[in-house]
Amino acid sequence: MAEYLIKNGFVYDPVLGINGDKTDVAVKDGKMVETSALSNPAEIDASGMTVMAAAVDIHAHVAGPKVCVGRNFRPEDKLFRATPQAGIKRMEGGFSVPTVLKTGYDYARMGFGFVMEAAMPPLYARHVHEEIRDTPIIDEAALPVFGNNWFVLEYLKNQEIENTAAYIAWLLRMTRGFGVKNVNPGGTEAWGWGLNCPTVNDPVPYFDITPAQIVRGLIEANEFLGLPHCMHVHANSLGQPGNYTVTLDTLKQAEGIKARNEFGRDQVLHHTHLQFHSYGGESYASKSFESKSKEVADYINARDNITFDLGVVTLDETTTMTADGPFEHHLTELNHLKWVNTDVELETAAGVVPYIYSPKTFIAGAQWAIGIELGLFAKDPMRTFITTDHPNAGPFIRYPRVYKWLMSKAAREDMLDNVLKYGNTVRDRCYIGEIDREITLFELAQMTRAGPAKALGLAGMFGSLKPGMEGDVAVYPYNPETSGDPEDIERAFSHAQYLIKGGDVVVREGQVVSNGNKRTFWVDCKVNENPQVERDVAEKFKRYYSVNLANYEVYAHHYVPNPYVIEVDATQ
Amino acid sequence: MATVTLKPIKVPDLRLEADNIKPDAFAGKKAAEIADLHVFCGNTRYSLGEFFEVTGEGGATAAETEVVIDGDVSRVKYIGMKMTAGSVLVKGNADMYVGAWMEGGTITVNGDADAFAGMGMTGGEINVLGNAGNYLGAAYRGDWRGMQGGVIRVVGDAGSDIGTFMRGGEIIVNGNVDVHVGTHQEGGTIIVKGDARSKVGGQMVEGDIYVFGDIEVMMPGFQHIGDVDIEVDGVSGRFACYKGDMGERHPRRKGETIYGKLYLKY
Ligand SMILES: [Zn+2]
Repeated sequence: MAEYLIKNGFVYDPVLGINGDKTDVAVKDGKMVETSALSNPAEIDASGMTVMAAAVDIHAHVAGPKVCVGRNFRPEDKLFRATPQAGIKRMEGGFSVPTVLKTGYDYARMGFGFVMEAAMPPLYARHVHEEIRDTPIIDEAALPVFGNNWFVLEYLKNQEIENTAAYIAWLLRMTRGFGVKNVNPGGTEAWGWGLNCPTVNDPVPYFDITPAQIVRGLIEANEFLGLPHCMHVHANSLGQPGNYTVTLDTLKQAEGIKARNEFGRDQVLHHTHLQFHSYGGESYASKSFESKSKEVADYINARDNITFDLGVVTLDETTTMTADGPFEHHLTELNHLKWVNTDVELETAAGVVPYIYSPKTFIAGAQWAIGIELGLFAKDPMRTFITTDHPNAGPFIRYPRVYKWLMSKAAREDMLDNVLKYGNTVRDRCYIGEIDREITLFELAQMTRAGPAKALGLAGMFGSLKPGMEGDVAVYPYNPETSGDPEDIERAFSHAQYLIKGGDVVVREGQVVSNGNKRTFWVDCKVNENPQVERDVAEKFKRYYSVNLANYEVYAHHYVPNPYVIEVDATQ
Repeated sequence: MATVTLKPIKVPDLRLEADNIKPDAFAGKKAAEIADLHVFCGNTRYSLGEFFEVTGEGGATAAETEVVIDGDVSRVKYIGMKMTAGSVLVKGNADMYVGAWMEGGTITVNGDADAFAGMGMTGGEINVLGNAGNYLGAAYRGDWRGMQGGVIRVVGDAGSDIGTFMRGGEIIVNGNVDVHVGTHQEGGTIIVKGDARSKVGGQMVEGDIYVFGDIEVMMPGFQHIGDVDIEVDGVSGRFACYKGDMGERHPRRKGETIYGKLYLKY
C-alpha cells in the first residue's frame, strides 16, 4: 500500500501536544507511522499550510428516512444547485438536504473522516444504512433512538437497568447501531396523545415515567454496558424560551455517575445542539427573550462527566428534521411552511419543516449569538464540539464559517454591526458583545478532532496523527503565520488542499479524486442471556409491530457491506 | 436600443435549454460572441449558433438590448429566464419556462407559451398573444414562492394551476382557464375574463381573484360577503364578493383578519 510524507506543514495535534510546529507527518499502509518507518514515500508539500488529523462530526442528520423526506419534499433545495458528474465524481445536488454523494464529497472537501448520523429510527435502520452505504469516502455510524421506545419506558419505569441494557445491546445488533440517542425523552411518545413533556418532571401518558427517569436510566444502562459512546441527549423543550432550566435539570441527571468503559471516554452524558436549549425569557420577543448560554456553560464547566456540541445557527434557509415530533409541529405553526410528521410505531416519531433563519429577525440573530457564546464560554475544548445540528440550525458545509466566528472577534463584530438587522438588540439580550475570546487553531483541533473522537470512544483511531492511528490527515491552505483576514479561515477550511483517508489520497489540490473506502461502524455488545427481554421482544413483535422479527434486522451483507465492528463484552 | 435577431435554423432533437437567450447575456456582445454562448440539448452542450443564425449585436447594458426571435421556438425552453431588463420578442410559439424568475424588462410571445411561464417572477412584464400553458406565474415544484411581482397578460386561454403560491403581481387572462387557480395564493391579483372550471382559490390565504365569466364548481371554503360595483382592468360592473378559503389560516393585521377575496362578475 501507499506511503505518504506530508512535509513542512504547521501541525496541530492536541493529543501529541503539537501546537503549530513545522513538522513532517507520515502515513503508511493506511495508518499513521513515524517518519522513519517510510521507505519510498510520495511527498506532499504542505509548506505554508495547516495540517491536522481528519475531523470528526459527532452529530449530523445525513442519512435515513427523515433526511430522505427532506430531499423528496424540497425539490427547491436542489434548484440551480446541481453539479454534473466529473471525473470519478457522480452528480451532486442540494444544499440543506444534499444527496448522499454530495454529503460524502462535501465532508471530504472540508477534511472530515468520520460522521455520526445522530438519529436512527430502529424500524427504518435499513434505510439509514442504505444511505450510509451510498455516501462515499467518510466513515459513518448511526445512533438509534431510545428515549421514547416502549421497551425502554416499561423497563425504566420498574428501574430494570439490566433489562434496559440487554434490550439496548440487542437493538444495537439488530440495527447495526453505535450508541444510545435520546430525543425529547418521553415527549415524542406523549406527542402520540397530542401532548408533550415540557419539563423533566412531566410524566409520559400511559407509561407514567418522567423524562428525568428516562435520562438517568439510559445513562445507567449505557454505563452498565460500557459502550464506546455515552447517552446522547436532546433534552425536552428544545427551542422554547426559558428552557435553560429544563436543560440544567437534564444535565443534573448525570450527577454522581462515573464513566465505565474501556475506550478512554470520560463523560456519561453528551448534550447535543445545546444552543437550542439555552434560552431565557418567556417569548421570542426581544423584550423577553435572552441568552442563558453562560448559566448552562458554567454548569458544564464545573463538571467533568458532560460533553456537548453547539448547534450554531448559520442564518441560512434550511430544512429542520428531528425525532422531536411536537417541536416540528410548533415550527410549522410558526412559519406556515410545509410539514411532514411520521409516527414510528413503538419506537419514535419524526417531523420535517423548512425554516429560514433570517438575519432580519431578532430571534435568528439571538440564536446565532447563543451558539457562538457556548463555544466561547466553554472552558474545556476537549468537551465542546462544533456542530450545526445539520441541517437543523444550518447545513454542515457552514462549519468553516462557524470556525471563523469562533476564531475572530472581528468577524463577530461584523455580524453584529453589518449583517444582523437587530445587532444591537442581540448585544443587549445576549452575551456575545462582551466576549473577547478567540478560539485558537489548537483549540479548533480539540473541538473538531481530538475531543469528538474521545467522546465517541474512538480516540484510539481518530482525532490525532499519533503513530498507530488511522491514516486520516487533512491539509488546509491556511498559513497561521501570514493569514490575518478572518475570511481566510472560512475559505481554507471549506476546501482542504489534501485529505488522506484510510491511507489513500481522496482530495488532491482541493478536488475529490477518489470515492474512498467508506466503512460503517457499529457496536456489537455481548450481554448475558436474558429470557425476559427475549420474551418481551417476541411478544411485542407479535402483538404490535407491522413487520415480523425476521424482517427487522439489518443484514450486514447487503446493508453494511464494509463494516467496522467494535466489540464490547458486558457479560461480567 | 440595439437589436439581436435569432433566426432558428435547426430544430433540436430534444428540447433545447437556452437560459442564455436574454438581454443580460447578450449585452455588450457581438454576434459571433452571442453565437458562442452555450445551450444544452439533453446532457450535451452546444453553442447557440448551431441552432440560430445570429445577427446584430447587444447594447451596452441589458436595458439597451432587444432580442428578437424570428421564428418558432416551441422546442426551446428558458427564454428570458432571470432577465432583469431589456426586451425579448418571440415571433412564434415558445416552450416552457418563458421569463421564469424574471426580475425586469418585457417579454412578448406572439404565439403560445408553454407551461411555467413567469414562474417565480419578481418583476417585469410578459405578454402572451396566443395561449399560455399550465403553471403560469406559479411556484417551482415544492417552493412556496410563486410569482411575486410584475405583470403577465395572456390574450388567449391559460391552462391549469395558474398563480399557485402567488404572492404578488398580476396575472390577466382574457380567455378561459383550467382547474386550480391561485392555489395557496398569499397575495397579488388574478383576473380571468372568461370562465374558470373549478378549484378557484383553494387554500387561498390572501390576495384577489376576479372571474368575469362562470366558475363551473365553486370551492366550498368561500363565503359570500356582499356585492360591489368596481372597475377591473378597464371593465366596470357588479361583482359578488366572497372571502376565503375559510379552511385555511389567515393572518391578522391592525386588529383585522385578512382573507383571500374572490370576485365573480354578474
Ligand atoms: Zn440533531
